[in-house]
Amino acid sequence: MDKFHSLKGIAAPLPIVNIDTDMIIPKQFLKTIKRTGLGVSLFYEMRYDNDGNLIKDFVLNTSPYDQSKILVAGDNFGCGSSREHAPWSLKDFGIRSVISTSFADIFYNNCFQNGILPIVVSTENLDQLMTAAKNQIEFTIDLPEQIIKAGNHSINFEIEEFRKERLLQGLDDIGITLGYQDKINAYEEDKKNKKPWLFKKN
Amino acid sequence: MSNQGPKTLFDKIWSEHLVGQREDGTNLLYIDRHLVHEVTSPQAFEGLKISNRPVHRPEATIAVADHNVPTINRQNIEDPQSKIQVETLAKNTKEHGIQYFDLMDQRQGIVHIIGPEQGITQPGMTIVCGDSHTSTHGAFGALAFGIGTSEVEHVLATQTIVQNPAKNMRISVNGELPFGVNSKDLILYIIGKIGTAGGTGHVIEYAGSSIMGLSMEGRMTICNMSIEAGARAGLISPDQTTFNYIKGRPYAPGTEHWDQAVEYWSSLPSDNDANYDHEIVIDSSEIDPMVTWGTSPEDVVSVKGTVPNPSSAKTENKKKSIERSLEYMGLKPGTKITDIKLDKIFIGSCTNGRIEDLRKVAFIVKDKKIASHVQAMIVPGSGLVKKQAEEEGIDKILKDAGFEWREAGCSMCLGMNPDQLKPGERCASTSNRNFEGRQGRGGRTHLMSPELAAASAITGNISDIRDFT
Repeated sequence: MDKFHSLKGIAAPLPIVNIDTDMIIPKQFLKTIKRTGLGVSLFYEMRYDNDGNLIKDFVLNTSPYDQSKILVAGDNFGCGSSREHAPWSLKDFGIRSVISTSFADIFYNNCFQNGILPIVVSTENLDQLMTAAKNQIEFTIDLPEQIIKAGNHSINFEIEEFRKERLLQGLDDIGITLGYQDKINAYEEDKKNKKPWLFKKN
Repeated sequence: MSNQGPKTLFDKIWSEHLVGQREDGTNLLYIDRHLVHEVTSPQAFEGLKISNRPVHRPEATIAVADHNVPTINRQNIEDPQSKIQVETLAKNTKEHGIQYFDLMDQRQGIVHIIGPEQGITQPGMTIVCGDSHTSTHGAFGALAFGIGTSEVEHVLATQTIVQNPAKNMRISVNGELPFGVNSKDLILYIIGKIGTAGGTGHVIEYAGSSIMGLSMEGRMTICNMSIEAGARAGLISPDQTTFNYIKGRPYAPGTEHWDQAVEYWSSLPSDNDANYDHEIVIDSSEIDPMVTWGTSPEDVVSVKGTVPNPSSAKTENKKKSIERSLEYMGLKPGTKITDIKLDKIFIGSCTNGRIEDLRKVAFIVKDKKIASHVQAMIVPGSGLVKKQAEEEGIDKILKDAGFEWREAGCSMCLGMNPDQLKPGERCASTSNRNFEGRQGRGGRTHLMSPELAAASAITGNISDIRDFT
C-alpha cells in the first residue's frame, strides 16, 4: 500500500452534507474488475452534464482545484454503499486526504486501505478550513505531527495509532494477519469441537 | 470490555469470535460466513493472485451474482462489462473451490435474501460481505456488517477481519403497531429520528415488544436499513421465531446438532442489566406510514404530512441541504405527500423483496388495475421467492393488475442492470436509498413500504394505505 507522510497543496471546498458513495462514484462505474482508472469518473454526475461534457463551474473542473490533493467536505462524508470504488476514484483523481466533521464507518476504513487520510475536525474548524479552501490558501497536512496548517490556522487532529503507523509505513495488512496463522488455526480447532454445526459440510 | 458482568448480544458475539490481538493493538475477529457477489470481489481475487495467497477456508464462503444481472432475459447479459464481471465471479469461485449459485440456479438471488433463505445465516455468527446491506443478517442475532474490497481479500486470505469493538446502542420500540404501520415504516421513522449519521460507530440492537412481535421478514427489513442510520450493524435477539425460521433449511444445523445449536443460541440475548452507550425508547403509537421526500433516507415524513419548507431548518447547512434536495426532487415546500404523482413503482430489493412483501402487495392489488400513467415492476428477491409466489398464484394477481413480473436480482434498487429511472421520473420504491441518481441519473425516489407502494400503484399518487379500499 502507498505510504502517507505529509501533503502540501490546494484543497477543494465541497460544502455539501451527506455526500454518499453513489455521488462519489455512480453505479455504472462499478462494473470494472480493476482498481485503477476511476479518477475521470469521480463525482461523475456533478462533473459532467447529460451529454458527458464538463460542467465548468463544478469545483473540481476549475483551476486550481482540478489539481487538488485535498477535499474539504460537509458532515457525514462517504455514507451509503461499501464500494471501495469511492476511495479508488478519489485516489486516482489525486485526492490523498479528505477533511470533514464525520465519516461513515465503512468509507473511513476503506480510505486507510488505500493510503488516503480521512481527517475529522470540529464544525468550527471545518468552517475555517472551508473558507481557506475557497480562498485557495495552501494546506499542509503533517501526519507524524497530526497537524493541518492553512494560512493562520493550525489544527491538531486525532488518529488511532495503528492506523497512523500503517499509513506511515504503507503496511500490508493481510501480511501482518498471516503472521497469526497459528492462532487462527487453533481458534478453528477449538470451535470445531464446541460448535460443530458451524463446520458442517454442505 | 470485561469478560465479567452483564453483556449485550453484541458483546457476547464479539468475545466469542476474538482470535487475539495483533502487536499493533488491533483485534482479529473470526468470520464464520463470507458472502461474495460479482461487483466488490474481482479486485480481491486479483489481489490474492498477485500475492500468490490461497483462500483460507473456501467452504465458509458462498457466492452469487445479483447486482448486475438482467431481470428479463437471463441467458444473455447484454452489457459487456456486466457480463465480464459475472463471468469473473464464476471463474474465481471455481478456481478457489467456493460454492457459487449461478444465474440458472433457482437458489440465485440477492445475496442478503438467499443467506437467510438457505439457512446460511444463523444466530451468534459473524457474517461479512462486500455490501453495506449485510446488516440484514443481524435480524437473526448474527453480527453482520459490510466491508470494502480490501477487507474482502483479507477475509478470503485469513477468515478474519481487523476490527475494534463498536459502541452499543439500543433502540426499543414498544406497543402494538398501529393499523397500516409495519417494519419499513418503523425503520424509516427511526432513521428520521436519529439521522443518517446517528448510528455511526455503533451497533444498534433493536428491542421491545413491537420489534419482537415482527416476523423474520419484518426483522430483516429493520436490520437491513441500519446502515442508513450510519450504524455498523443491526441486531435483534434470537428467539423461537428465529429458530422456527431456520429449522430444516439446507444449510441449517442438522438434527445431530440442532439441540446443541439452539441451546447456544438461547444464551445469546442481552443480559437484563447490560449497559448501552446510547438508549432510545419509542412508543409505536406515535408512528405513521412513512415516506421519504428528499435525497437522504433521513428526509422522511408521515404519508399524511407535507414537503418541508427550507426556512423551517434549524441551521444554515440544513436549510441548504433541504433546498438542494427539493430542487433535485422537483418538489415545492408545503405540497401534500399524497398529492405527489408517480411515474414508476419498484417493488423488490434486499429490504423488501421477500415472500411476505409480495403477499402483502398481492393482497392489496387483487382484482384492481394499476393507474394508466404508471409503470410498475416487481422483482422477487430470489429464484425461490419467485417460485413460491408462482405456486401461491401471486404472480397471476400481480400481472392481472398490470405489474411486470421479473427474475430475481438487485434491479432498480441501484440500477446497475438495465432497470433504471430516466431523468425526472418519479418512483415509489420499496428499496433502501433515495440518493441523487441512485435509481438512474436524475431519477426521483420515494422510499416506502410495500403496502404503500402497492396502494400508490393503483391510484398513481403516493397513497396512504389506511385510506385505501
